[in-house]
Amino acid sequence: MTISSNSQPLISLRGVRKSFGAFEVLRGIDMDIRKGEVVAIIGPSGSGKSTILRTINGLTPINEGTINVGEIKVSDPKLDQVKLRHRVGMVFQQYNLFPHKTVLENVAMAPIQVLKQPRRQVEERARKLLADMRLPDKANSYPGELSGGQQQRVAIARALCMEPEVILFDEVTAALDPEMVKEVLAAVRKVAEDGMTCILVTHEMGFAREAADHIYFTDKGVIVEHAPPAEFFTRASDPRTKEFLSKVL
Amino acid sequence: MNSTNLLAQILEWMPFVLQGFALNILMSLLAIVIGTMIGTFLGLGQLSPGWIVGTPSKLATQLFRNAPWLVLLFYCIFLMPYQINVGGAVIQLPSWLRATIGFSFPVAANFSEIVRGAVKSVPRGQWEAAEALGYSRRSTLFRIILPQCITRMIPPWMNLYALLLTATPLSMIVGVEEALGRTQAAVQAQSDSRVLIPMYLALLAMFFLYTWPINRLSLMLERRFRTK
Repeated sequence: MTISSNSQPLISLRGVRKSFGAFEVLRGIDMDIRKGEVVAIIGPSGSGKSTILRTINGLTPINEGTINVGEIKVSDPKLDQVKLRHRVGMVFQQYNLFPHKTVLENVAMAPIQVLKQPRRQVEERARKLLADMRLPDKANSYPGELSGGQQQRVAIARALCMEPEVILFDEVTAALDPEMVKEVLAAVRKVAEDGMTCILVTHEMGFAREAADHIYFTDKGVIVEHAPPAEFFTRASDPRTKEFLSKVL
Repeated sequence: MNSTNLLAQILEWMPFVLQGFALNILMSLLAIVIGTMIGTFLGLGQLSPGWIVGTPSKLATQLFRNAPWLVLLFYCIFLMPYQINVGGAVIQLPSWLRATIGFSFPVAANFSEIVRGAVKSVPRGQWEAAEALGYSRRSTLFRIILPQCITRMIPPWMNLYALLLTATPLSMIVGVEEALGRTQAAVQAQSDSRVLIPMYLALLAMFFLYTWPINRLSLMLERRFRTK
């Protein structure tokens, strides 16, 4: 995870603004994320963390500003959706696996149907990913038969099977029972250690501190400050960050 | 002696009534097939984000769902031509067929709502997950959402069918010779007031024996799908 700080960022957000009706959720967000970097976004609920993630893969269209993923301009009206989603994977809080498909189908279907890759090759990759997620014997199970932690690991395998360059993790442990949080965080950790660029929204401060290269703190739709974790957790300068950290640590 | 006589008399007329009942079944089967096909399009149309497809679908659904079946039946019986010309071939449209088309409209509208409701009952996260994987709206609907809806749609669809069958005697009013009309004719022909109640009881029994298992089955399926 060595980052040359002068390299071109993989993802960059400039002056991103988003309103839902009269409520402005994002009020000018700037971010730069380099390849291989693990970034954690933390902040109070309703501060726009999840919305930032959802703008990066175009799930939430923005009102102002620019977002670039590699050479793809996300806010471009003529955006090639498939190309963007090929490069940016996403894992959701509620797993959102497809209940009528087996675990293997869940992982393999999008690369086969959307990216038109050969079935045999994709399924081989999917089985390997399930093994990496320590779910080798669950390929033919249905999501409903798995625990929350197992489902979330399937969801991570599903995102990885698209072979993206970056994965967005949207509070992936928030819906889990405490005993399952650990196994999912271990899975996220593994993904990060294998060199995947990761952006995570999380409430797991300990995990953010250990796993992230960089931490962004958001409050009321703006990025209050950002720093490497060692610095962030010990020498936060803004009063809003201090207040938040005093509540959660 | 008297009561056996009465029973024999009633049984004698049963084939005549049962033939009429066969027509009720035929009309209901045709109407459910036509109605389901049209209803599927209307239902998917209602889900369309664009107004060009969405608004007419919603309008048609509401119109036919809230109109009395008998009124729709009158429209079809009296406004549809008795015969149509398809490429030189003249096709007769007997009254039972026009009545069947009349029944198809409310069935389509009700099925349209079943489709819309089933699709809406799928959590939004399913759409988002599919979108994040690069599926278009259309392929999300057909590959991910609708397959999950089929099981949810079967019980209400079967209820709709049972409802449709019990509505088919309405066509008697517009002169279709179905079970109710034939029962009435049989009672009149016998000019014996004692057959009145048993004859109508027999008619009720026919409808009950046909629709009751359907309702039971739909209830059973509903329970099974719910626990899954």
